[in-house]
Amino acid sequence: MEAAAEPGHLAGIRHIILVLSGKGGVGKSTISTELALALRHAGKKVGILDVDLCGPSIPRMFRAQGRAVHQCDSGWVPVFVDQEQSISLMSVGFLLEKPDEAVVWRGPKKNALIKQFVSDVAWGQLDYLVVDTPPGTSDEHMATLEALRPYSPLGALVVTTPQAVSVGDVRRELTFCRKTGLRVIGVVENMSGFVCPHCAECTSIFSRGGGEELARHAGVPFLGSVPLDPQLTRSLEEGQDFIQEFPKSPAFPALFSIAQKILNETPAQLS
Amino acid sequence: MEEVPHDCPGTGSAQAGRGASCQGCPNQRLCASGVGAAPDPAIEEIKEKMKTVKHKILVLSGKGGVGKSTFSAHLAHGLAEDENTQVALLDIDICGPSIPKIMGLEGEQVHQSGSGWSPVFLEDNLGVMSVGFLLSSPDDAVIWRGPKKNGMIKQFLRDVDWGEVDYLIVDTPPGTSDEHLSVVQYLAAARIDGAVIITTPQEVSLQDVRKEISFCRKVRLPVLGVVENMSGFVCPNCKKESQIFPPTTGGAEVMCQDLQIPLLGRVPLDPHIGKSCDKGQSFMIDAPDSPATLAYRSIIQKIQELCSLHQPKEETLTSS
Repeated sequence: MEAAAEPGHLAGIRHIILVLSGKGGVGKSTISTELALALRHAGKKVGILDVDLCGPSIPRMFRAQGRAVHQCDSGWVPVFVDQEQSISLMSVGFLLEKPDEAVVWRGPKKNALIKQFVSDVAWGQLDYLVVDTPPGTSDEHMATLEALRPYSPLGALVVTTPQAVSVGDVRRELTFCRKTGLRVIGVVENMSGFVCPHCAECTSIFSRGGGEELARHAGVPFLGSVPLDPQLTRSLEEGQDFIQEFPKSPAFPALFSIAQKILNETPAQLS
Repeated sequence: MEEVPHDCPGTGSAQAGRGASCQGCPNQRLCASGVGAAPDPAIEEIKEKMKTVKHKILVLSGKGGVGKSTFSAHLAHGLAEDENTQVALLDIDICGPSIPKIMGLEGEQVHQSGSGWSPVFLEDNLGVMSVGFLLSSPDDAVIWRGPKKNGMIKQFLRDVDWGEVDYLIVDTPPGTSDEHLSVVQYLAAARIDGAVIITTPQEVSLQDVRKEISFCRKVRLPVLGVVENMSGFVCPNCKKESQIFPPTTGGAEVMCQDLQIPLLGRVPLDPHIGKSCDKGQSFMIDAPDSPATLAYRSIIQKIQELCSLHQPKEETLTSS
């Protein structure tokens, strides 16, 4: 299986899921991380490819900052989060000499690195590769889609927050998906209300209802609303396994249900 | 294996395309042809255009969703409350232009006149420009690569007839990429007062913001200070405070101390902010007594004071 340049390092990956938004700060990296953790708990092997080159958040969310990327005969070795190698990561964050170093690159240079991430990382056999993206509809998104197209991605999870200002950007991302032929698995509404830990009153800090309305308008499935939960934010800051540590959190049911929908769509097959 | 050159000599350098680190770079041939070496004539044209603009402030972050557009809009509203102050708000987030919605100007169109493009005026003394005004539908996606985005930014700076302006506020997308490099490059000859950096308290934001500050230092853009947004939430029911985005590493205060940069202020979360932005209204007018309004007003005042320290003919100050 050596002579041809194809099938390449993604041949051993059963399903590729992109996590997109259009809007920044809605929780793409959070959803990517929690989805990976939930899939792992369902016994799956998961990789996360972080193509946000300017703001790579994934390493910290797994307490993997400062880890190095090594090379093997077949390419770059992804960073394993655990001994069982059930979650592996690749991010520009691992390639920086200093954590505060800014990646100040124009489009062509970003495109080149993304191509390398897709062609040169030895992912091995994975059930799922989750691709975390930066906000927007630009170089990174086009480069990623071009590089992944030969591998027929399962589709995209599109993340929004409830308010109209977010939905306004995410509508454009849905158009990007349509124009590029990328199937939308569904819309996730994040930061959907906050339950005060002192008095249990629920406040819609970032308005309400936008995610479901957006899904309806665009004719795509609505996968659920994830409420704001400081336990979730904190566990991401500290690289904890939220799915394991906080099953009673108000955010847990929605996150778990999103993972369940993915699992239901992708039943285990005999190869 | 093709390597991305980390030590790119710079497209304008004599070594462009010729250096050892250029081997394998996708731009090598272009750089070697000398195309990058000549300065863009637009830079001089923009310098001329900017002669009628007294103060230029960039609103940056590095992290998405921290409230750059919200802050830019309210900075514009706040400054324009004085009828004698001419304010211009330029939105260079080409893929996710939020400013038209936040300013209540969705659906407005840009007109051309003999002297260039006219900004959309919210008030006589508050003009706004965004790619959002050039799109015909709210579903239209701007799927452009870097060079095309740069071209748009050049046009915004060179071809918009801003007129006499006291403050030009430039709202940016998250990141440290084409848009940021372009706006700094195109305004290079025109002197920017500085950047206001927006963050939220948690480390996942601060880690991107430190990169943005590093970018500012690299391109010699002075940093006026940092604003910490979403700094605590007071429950409207029981009035107790929660940290929804906990400052696990000390928040903006510690970062500012470490980097010797002023902390301009902290703005708490207030559900009215999101609602006002969605309605396209000034939150400071909708909720004048909110602690968030008081915080915004104090920050705006500090920014005005910092800008007034800069006399137009002085050399650019570098950040400490």
